[in-house]
Amino acid sequence: MKPLATILLDHGSGGRASQELIRNLFLPHLDNPVLACMEDSALVDTGAGRLAFTTDSYVVDPIFFPGGDIGRLAVNGTINDLAMRGARPICLSLALILEEGLPMEDLQRIILSVQAACRGADVPVVTGDTKVVPRGKGDKIFINTSGIGLVDGDVQISAMNARPGDAVILSGSMGDHGITILTQRAGLSLQGDLTSDTMALHRLVRKMLDEAPGAVHTLRDPTRGGVATSLNEIAEAARVSVELEEGDIPVKPEVGAACEILGMDPLYLANEGKLLALVDKDHAGRVLDIMRSLPEGADAAIIGRVTAGPAGRVVLKTIAGGARIAPSLTGEPLPRIC
Amino acid sequence: MCLAVPMRVLAVKGNENDISTPRIGIVEAQGIEKEVRLDLVDRWPAIGDYLIIHAGFAIHTLDAEEAEINLRLLREMAAGVAGVTEGDKGSP
Amino acid sequence: MKYVSEFRDKKFIVPLVAELRRIIDRPLRIMEVCGTHTMAIFRHGLRAILPEELELISGPGCPVCVTSAAHIDAFIDIAARDGVRVAIFGDLFRVPGASGSLARAQSMGARVEIVYSPMDALTLAEKYPGEEVVFLSVGFETTIPLVAATILEAERRELDNFTVFSAHKIMPPALAALLDDPELRLDGLLCPGHVSTIIGAAAYAPLAENYGLSCVVAGFEPVDILQAVILLAKQAREKRSVVENGYARAVSWQGNPRARKLMSDVFAPVDCQWRGLGVIPASGMAIRERYGCFDAEKRFAIRLTEAPEPKGCLCGQILKGKKNPADCPLFAGRCTPLAPVGPCMVSSEGTCAAYYRYARV
Repeated sequence: MKPLATILLDHGSGGRASQELIRNLFLPHLDNPVLACMEDSALVDTGAGRLAFTTDSYVVDPIFFPGGDIGRLAVNGTINDLAMRGARPICLSLALILEEGLPMEDLQRIILSVQAACRGADVPVVTGDTKVVPRGKGDKIFINTSGIGLVDGDVQISAMNARPGDAVILSGSMGDHGITILTQRAGLSLQGDLTSDTMALHRLVRKMLDEAPGAVHTLRDPTRGGVATSLNEIAEAARVSVELEEGDIPVKPEVGAACEILGMDPLYLANEGKLLALVDKDHAGRVLDIMRSLPEGADAAIIGRVTAGPAGRVVLKTIAGGARIAPSLTGEPLPRIC
Repeated sequence: MCLAVPMRVLAVKGNENDISTPRIGIVEAQGIEKEVRLDLVDRWPAIGDYLIIHAGFAIHTLDAEEAEINLRLLREMAAGVAGVTEGDKGSP
Repeated sequence: MKYVSEFRDKKFIVPLVAELRRIIDRPLRIMEVCGTHTMAIFRHGLRAILPEELELISGPGCPVCVTSAAHIDAFIDIAARDGVRVAIFGDLFRVPGASGSLARAQSMGARVEIVYSPMDALTLAEKYPGEEVVFLSVGFETTIPLVAATILEAERRELDNFTVFSAHKIMPPALAALLDDPELRLDGLLCPGHVSTIIGAAAYAPLAENYGLSCVVAGFEPVDILQAVILLAKQAREKRSVVENGYARAVSWQGNPRARKLMSDVFAPVDCQWRGLGVIPASGMAIRERYGCFDAEKRFAIRLTEAPEPKGCLCGQILKGKKNPADCPLFAGRCTPLAPVGPCMVSSEGTCAAYYRYARV
């Protein structure tokens, strides 16, 4: 495909446009074996053990939303990216890009929220940076966090490890964060009990790995692009197919209703406190029990299975009894009337 | 071409034939509430009625009787098919 | 969700599919006119369970898909002007004209707001009194009365910075034009549910009479679609061609006269260019003289210049149901949802986009 002339919002959507940008521009120029893995965190072998390293930037609008704010999101999101390789998160960096004119009160509120999230997760911020851009050159506040974690010697979690027969487990209801942010934006004015699910998942992962060693093959937090896009990435990396049961995928009734009203598909909405686990089928029941024993995984459910079908294909068996392909997200999901 | 969903009426503001004040309904589905315009609804809704909502406007007051007739026929059909299948099993 | 989930229930779907298989006694070509039907059929994976004898063809019922490149280019022209903020339905954002899309225009600095309702565009006009707020409006009979009500409300609020660019279209003239094509062989029409809420099932009587075509109004849940297809198959079997209403909870025979009156108070039929179908007489809806101060075409002195259809693109034939997306040399190669060439790939309910997303293996 010919390169696009300008950057569009779609390039940041986590869907196909983002993937093409990575594949056509970043990877060819920055290529190395670690980067090429394209996982949530990079694993770097230090000789004395494996280091997990990840970075993520947060540009959410609005910066305060039901269930959280940009500060909490920035802490939890990066902790989760470390956890998705099976790493124990050690510490974070916090870099702020502030727009001139941001109320000090807002910044204070965000920093208190960062503090609370770090304390709750027991992962400290150990370094940071602040820049201010002129008014109109940014949007209130952008945050970048990077994180470092350590991976135990026997832990092997990777998208490439998914294999036919594996059960696909989702740790709770999908779409909560995406629909909450969307309905907070001006113009939609839906009222209801919609709340972001932002949450750190490293303790849930720890318990799964400690109590069912070797059972978990792949972990991924389905953020931008949603469950469908994450599973497409896994299916591509592991050269397998995934079969989902629409009726088994947990969606809160209010999230489902908001999706119907706005013409959105919850399979493509962002989650900030959920994980997908691809688990050896013989241990799936046990892993599910372990997950459900913690609040982070209380609503966990087996939503499908890995099959030996064509590489990269995700099939949704619908509640109506039909079947269809569920490909990656194309661009930023938008409300529609058609 | 036109996405529209049924939502239940919680409250009605304004009068059917008075266009000088906004005619607005508060509607709900699964705990999601929305303010919608009633300017063009064909039958003025009562609280508890369902409205078909398209792009922030009620375009129709759902005919609950018709819906129930349809659902009853569907249930009968589903029960009938289950009965036939049972019967088939017994035949040689 | 009440009146939604019941009509997705597998315990009804399984016997309905069995019934359809029992009734269908020869190959049937049925056109689902409405893009929302196309989407529902894909979304619920219905093609996987329908009998092979049933061929579903997607018609011209996606308002974004049939909006001409000239209109899109005019939209972009307005959006790019100083002091203008445009409001659109999300569906329109990525649609390409000859000179890019509104998404691209936004990346170059145009102010583009995605709204859920035309009333939200009015709110924008009040919020930004120093700007011209233009609602770029596409849609069929379901949507046009809403826009009419919004224009009346703008008049009531005495807003002088709000205008509407009407690229609206109405269904019956387009269906008649389509059916006049001798190459189009059809056994039945799955009529658009929510358009029919406004125009009434009676609107299809001339089609059934003049073209001997079975017409069944259908809702958008799997049970609704199956029930309607069964009615069509029954008509084919009994060699009848009449109008039936398979969506009685939302559609009456006469439709919604209040909405139709609002529509005709504010809008008047004009000849209109449909992407892929050409100019169809009296198929568009222009703002009446009486409301001329809310007409963006007048305020911005817009003249539509028709651009040629993209080379190699089969959207015109696909919209007529004559070709399948897979027949198009551009499909899934040069033309994808990320870089759409033709209109059918652009809208998420467009036939090509639906095929690309859900059916491609």
